[in-house]
Amino acid sequence: MSDTVDSGKVVGRPSAGGGRGGGNGAGQLVLRAFGVFGRQREATVLVVTVALLLWFGISHNSTFVSQTNIVDLLSELMAPIAIIAIGEVLLLICGEIDLSVGFIYTLAPFVTLFAITDYHLPSLVAVLLGLLTGVVAGWVNGFITVALGVPSFITTIGTGFILGGIALTISHAEPSQVPPIAVGVGKWLGVPGNPWQWAPLAWAVVLVAIFHVVLTRTRWGLYTISAGGNLLGAREAGINVGRIKYGNFMITGFMGALVGLQTAFYTNTVDPLAGGYTPMFYAVIAAVIGGTAMLGGSGTILGAFLGAILLATLTDGFDILGVSANPLGIIFGSAILVAMIANVQLARLRGAGRSI
Amino acid sequence: MTAQDPGTQPSGDGPTPDEVLRVEHVSKRFGAVTALHDINLHLARGEVLALLGDNGAGKSTLMKIICGFQPPDTGRIIVNGRETVLKSVEHARSLGIDIVYQDLALIPGLSVYHNMFLNREKLHWPLLNNREMRRIAREHLEEMGVNIPSVQVNVAQLSGGQRQAIAVARAVFENAKILLLDEPLAAMGVKEGAMILDLVRDLKRRGDVSVIIIAHNYGQVFDICDRVNLVQQGDITFDKRARETSVEELTELVVEEYRRALQERHGAA
Repeated sequence: MSDTVDSGKVVGRPSAGGGRGGGNGAGQLVLRAFGVFGRQREATVLVVTVALLLWFGISHNSTFVSQTNIVDLLSELMAPIAIIAIGEVLLLICGEIDLSVGFIYTLAPFVTLFAITDYHLPSLVAVLLGLLTGVVAGWVNGFITVALGVPSFITTIGTGFILGGIALTISHAEPSQVPPIAVGVGKWLGVPGNPWQWAPLAWAVVLVAIFHVVLTRTRWGLYTISAGGNLLGAREAGINVGRIKYGNFMITGFMGALVGLQTAFYTNTVDPLAGGYTPMFYAVIAAVIGGTAMLGGSGTILGAFLGAILLATLTDGFDILGVSANPLGIIFGSAILVAMIANVQLARLRGAGRSI
Repeated sequence: MTAQDPGTQPSGDGPTPDEVLRVEHVSKRFGAVTALHDINLHLARGEVLALLGDNGAGKSTLMKIICGFQPPDTGRIIVNGRETVLKSVEHARSLGIDIVYQDLALIPGLSVYHNMFLNREKLHWPLLNNREMRRIAREHLEEMGVNIPSVQVNVAQLSGGQRQAIAVARAVFENAKILLLDEPLAAMGVKEGAMILDLVRDLKRRGDVSVIIIAHNYGQVFDICDRVNLVQQGDITFDKRARETSVEELTELVVEEYRRALQERHGAA
């Protein structure tokens, strides 16, 4: 609020450009490039992520840069965070949150499993039904939040318990193997071994690219930002804010179901204890580290993607360092806070003037 | 200005062809409180009318009725010579009546040009045609004399005055013919205020937009308005052309009212 851009002529002056550098020639160009870069909201998290990757890469070269580890890092750890984070970014920007997404993740594979084993549906149909479960759960979250007026924080705690309860009930709390017949379809979602082990990463990259464009270059994106930035103003302009929120809950539900199915196929297990709150928390942290405002109105999908890489690198890196499980939480939590503090303070230096 | 003779009895004469808005015998009660008491008001094309009065005098209620936010209990509203029942804010807007609030209108996280095109975006389906929107927004702001560093900056980075200017420009861009500015100078520095006043002056020069400025600090708006209406206790007690009155006269009236109220209270006690 307090930051004010100097008055100038409106005509054709581009907004970018550092212009603070006093030198000339190449030096100024570098300074200016640095200025433009520094003003991008994803800059901080990119720097921190690259630094971490380099550090782990150089200090533990042979293990960290091996193909097995890169698959672990990107397909197993990063992709699930990034995919769910897409949904959470959209929801956070429009002023909502989904705490139930991890339980959609739990339930969706069971829907697919029982569609195959009990109803003998074709695997592709069963997978689509699993994804549909996520979309429907998202719609219910939207309905309770938008139509019945319950804050989404509460709505999704409630629906999360219900979804988790359904998964435990229909599975009798027993894990099952993925039916071998389904692997033909499942490999497209990701299974171990070349080349299908790269599928989760491919899904993450493609979905991130698509939704980055949706957020920055389409009406849906503008209206999502409007709904969270100034609800009253958005309504005044005639935007159907409810529709935007329903849609973003449904997108998030879809992402949760997708990641649940991917994990089931990748581990060859449909587990009623998979999912839960952890994937949701990782996704929300990735979003916020990547520059999405908790209070809505601004955020980026690319930032969340980088945030997901950062979290995956931390998890994987400490694993390789051989940090034992007990103190891992201390280190991990501190690392998240350091990344976040760097983010907030650098944003303040940049004068971006946004709330976290 | 070609407005009709303002007179002291604005409801006496019939509407003139140049009249865009007329409010006749409008009253409004909230429970036991009479907010508006048989109000009469008129506005000519291209005219700038200052609606002055203390807090709680009834200015805001009157504005809410004119912009379609709430209906009057009694009385008529005539827009462009036709009696109209304003059903909603959207309905009033479709008739060219738009109200500009300082902070309510714009989306802070969006660029200036996205704000100007909100809900009427130019598309290269399915993507936004940002280049086209930037070009038109830039042209429009330039034409209106609104100075901002770039149409690409986020509204969050603009000052209060710049935001107000963008909101006014957007309303005009959306074809508003009767613009209601609610306390446009509130909480604004001298330079900022001057920018808004310049904008209103420019609108006046265009001639096709009429403006009602609501203010409690009349010294600031006195220079740019054609006519002054004073609202006191739910009634318009004073209607003169700006050049026929003065800040001193208005002050005298307001102080007088205050003294009278004080005396009445003492008399009752």
